[in-house]
Amino acid sequence: MNYAALFRATLPETILEIAALLVLVVDLGFLRKAAMQTRIAAAALFGVAGCAVAVWAVSIAGPYNWGSDLLLAAGGSAEVAQVAILVLTALTLLLLIGSEFTRNPGEYVAVVLMAAAGGLLISAAQDLIVIFTGLELLSLSLYVLTAFAKKSGKSAEAAIKYYIFGGMSAAFLLFGFSDLYGASGSTNLQRIVQESYFASISGGAPLLYLALAMIAAGLGFKVAAVPFHLWAPDTYEGAPIPSASFIASVSKVASFALLISIGAALAHGFGSGNQVRLVFFNLGPAAGFAGPQAQWSLILAVLSIASMLAGNLAALAQSSVRRLLAYSAIAHAGYILLGLAFFSSSSLSAEAILYYIVTYGLTTIGAFGAVGVVERAAGSDKMDAFLGLHKRAPVLAAVLLVLFLSLAGIPPLVGFWAKFNLFAAVLRVSAGVVPFTLVALAVAFSAVSLYYYLQVLKRAYVMPAADESAIRAHPVTLAVLLLIAAAVLVFGCFPALLQNWIASLYA
Amino acid sequence: MLAWTIYISFAGALIAALLPKEKLLLARWLALAVGAAGMVISISGYTTGFAQGRQVLVDALWVPSMGIHFQFAADGISRVLVLLTGIAAVAGILFSWNVEVRANEFFAFYLALIGGVYGVFLSGDLFLLFVFYEIAIVPKYFLIAIWGSTRREYGAMKLALYSFVGSAMVLVGLLAAYTTSGSHSTALNDLAHAGLPVAFQMWCFPLVFVGFAILAGMWPFHTWAPTGHVAAPTAASMLLAGVVMKLGAYGCLRVGIGLFPRGLDPWGFSLLGLTSWRDVFAWLAVIGIVYGALVALAQTDFKFVIGYSSVSQMGYVLLGLMTLNQIGLDGAVLQMFSHGIIAGLLFAIVGRVVYDRTHTRQFADLETMHLARRLPFAAWSFVVAGIASMGLPGFSGFVAELQVLVGAWRANPWWTAVSGIGILVGIAYIWRALQKAFFSDALPSAHELESEQAHKFSPITWPEIAGVALLGMCTLVVGLYPRILLDQIEPAVKALLAGGAK
Repeated sequence: MNYAALFRATLPETILEIAALLVLVVDLGFLRKAAMQTRIAAAALFGVAGCAVAVWAVSIAGPYNWGSDLLLAAGGSAEVAQVAILVLTALTLLLLIGSEFTRNPGEYVAVVLMAAAGGLLISAAQDLIVIFTGLELLSLSLYVLTAFAKKSGKSAEAAIKYYIFGGMSAAFLLFGFSDLYGASGSTNLQRIVQESYFASISGGAPLLYLALAMIAAGLGFKVAAVPFHLWAPDTYEGAPIPSASFIASVSKVASFALLISIGAALAHGFGSGNQVRLVFFNLGPAAGFAGPQAQWSLILAVLSIASMLAGNLAALAQSSVRRLLAYSAIAHAGYILLGLAFFSSSSLSAEAILYYIVTYGLTTIGAFGAVGVVERAAGSDKMDAFLGLHKRAPVLAAVLLVLFLSLAGIPPLVGFWAKFNLFAAVLRVSAGVVPFTLVALAVAFSAVSLYYYLQVLKRAYVMPAADESAIRAHPVTLAVLLLIAAAVLVFGCFPALLQNWIASLYA
Repeated sequence: MLAWTIYISFAGALIAALLPKEKLLLARWLALAVGAAGMVISISGYTTGFAQGRQVLVDALWVPSMGIHFQFAADGISRVLVLLTGIAAVAGILFSWNVEVRANEFFAFYLALIGGVYGVFLSGDLFLLFVFYEIAIVPKYFLIAIWGSTRREYGAMKLALYSFVGSAMVLVGLLAAYTTSGSHSTALNDLAHAGLPVAFQMWCFPLVFVGFAILAGMWPFHTWAPTGHVAAPTAASMLLAGVVMKLGAYGCLRVGIGLFPRGLDPWGFSLLGLTSWRDVFAWLAVIGIVYGALVALAQTDFKFVIGYSSVSQMGYVLLGLMTLNQIGLDGAVLQMFSHGIIAGLLFAIVGRVVYDRTHTRQFADLETMHLARRLPFAAWSFVVAGIASMGLPGFSGFVAELQVLVGAWRANPWWTAVSGIGILVGIAYIWRALQKAFFSDALPSAHELESEQAHKFSPITWPEIAGVALLGMCTLVVGLYPRILLDQIEPAVKALLAGGAK
């Protein structure tokens, strides 16, 4: 065991954990008597600093091997996801400044950092045990974060729902993992894919199908894919704003990075065709089984269709903007799952999916931030709370306009480019009738989605205000929102900026 | 040079959005200055474009990994439509001089819409064209929803969703063409020469054509047009009918016919007497011409008459496109220009000059108001616009419709024969509107004369006169000397036909 390499590989996670502990020490030790707003600001800034150092650590972290098996990957999708997770975490921490839902900012920031560390771990993990550990670290922290508004009944309710669903999905996932281990005798993704082929020939295919279905259920929960999505609307509605935006962005980025690792393992195990050809020549074609990739794709495609359909249609009927964002998140997860279902052995699909999820995470943090400001002023997140926003807070309304139009996929905002890139990647991987129909369906549903995004914007810009008093946002919140809106616009006008960065990490 | 129309419009939109709310005059003059600058550039671009063919204005790689170009290019068709946009934009600003609620936002959305329209007409890259096409959707929605009238939120949402569904179809076609061509470029020229398989063109053409034709008001996807036009504030309905519907028609021509010419080939079998997509869309266009005219004849709301007349008039454009011969396509492009000007004029008179004084658009009320006497300016400008719309010689509509019908006759005489009904009804609905709104017979009673004295209409203002004069002059000049446009349209159409469609 090479401890130096292990230390180097896990340096970003270590830094986040140290930062979490330091925040606790500083907040509970030195700032105990300070004013609440000072404590919140100090804790948040400390967390942001921790994220910044961790970004540097990501750039020097290397891969870690256990024997000949890769345990933690570095570079490529892992690095993109890790940097994105750290940046998005820092942004959600900044949204904490000026909020009032908690009297324990030190604990809150510490838990956020630990959750981010879990996210970093699963973005890089190539081994079932590490994946499960990272997922649990992330999930358990998220339950705590959801319940953090101790005075709010909704927050507790959301946390319990989230926890029960999450616990069940973790059980599914673990069950699937143990099946995989039983079938293949390994916990390494690459090895499992290779072994599973031989296992299937000797009659183990049903066990593999079961394992795939279980894993899809477990991870489907994490990315809120239909039919494992039921926790999402309640959690998005009940959780405090920074927690909700963390769940909607960072947790999604990490989970999709994990799905990319799985997809890449599947594609590389067989994508080159060598393994398949070897087996075909030596043993003859195995009846009805061409590697687990086809089954996995089928499961993901079904989840994708269900999510696009249910997410977009349910969003049409929402009156709470937070629930609307939850259903729209389900729909967006559906689009991304489409990219995962038609996954290429080159980095084409992975880059498109990362581009989508990173920009989506960024946009959605901004959207939650803006909703949070309105909610604090109006006391509710109902659509009608947004009436006359353009008069009450012109800058906030403009930010909301940019972010929601980007979510709807209107150019020249980044959401449009992400969609185009993703759908083009799907069609470049496979230009058959099925992927084409699914892409057409996805495009049609993004036309539907414009309707519900416009429902919010209509209230902000068109309908008369019931209350014309000005809404004031905390300057830090406003600055973060403006920064995000500017990024959405700039990345949309110059899509190559972000794309080149992602591609450079793959080189 | 022409590309500056786009930059100036978006810059103007940004500045207008940042202006303080209470500076009404500043917002107006800024908008007029930006609009006029755009018009001057488009005119100078047009006049220097004679005998130039296709000019590439800007060409840079936008997204190298996907071969997406930031390319602006203009041929004769683009230059004519950019010219139209420049004129319509200025006229629209003149007729929105009386917007007082949130004027800076109004002009910001208005200029953003104009910028998007310029962008579509000048794009030399399919992806870029699509981007501008979608950029134009959002300002339309807000212009109608905030500053509109009759059922504005319904009309605005309907228009936005129809447009977005159409553009979704175009997006699917764009993705399919891009991945099928394998040329690793989205530039229109590269895609046109990529040698897309005929079977692919056969199904992609109708998808893209219908996607664009929704915005061109093709029957039976036209229903957004009357409600949208009626709900829109005057300037927005002038732009909607004047240039936005042309976006759809332009997309049909440039993308549909330009990229997928073989999609118009015969299917090889006959279904209800139809043998190709060309037959299908030509008959839909003919139905649109007749149906739009007949429905316009039955309206009780003045603005709905003009709204449905737009559906009918745009039918000529689509019919012209489907003739696939030189004269028919010339006529289609000319009709785009002509209808843009005439529809703008009609909407301006109905929505601004008349409605802002009478506050009603119902014929039953207008009949009792004796507008010919009280608003002679409105009445006589409507006579001129109406005559132009009927297609009488001397006005632009005549040359355009004649060419379309001659082209249609060469392609299939039945198309011309049935469209003839549309022409007759077209004369009828204009006469009916003229008579009901302005020249009703009933003599005023003494009591009515008294109340007229008491409630005098506000006098006609200079922006209204300037706007009517600008548009009226354009239709007259083109009508008397159509070569001024045809000299640019003909070579461009010839190149398009040679490059793609037979």
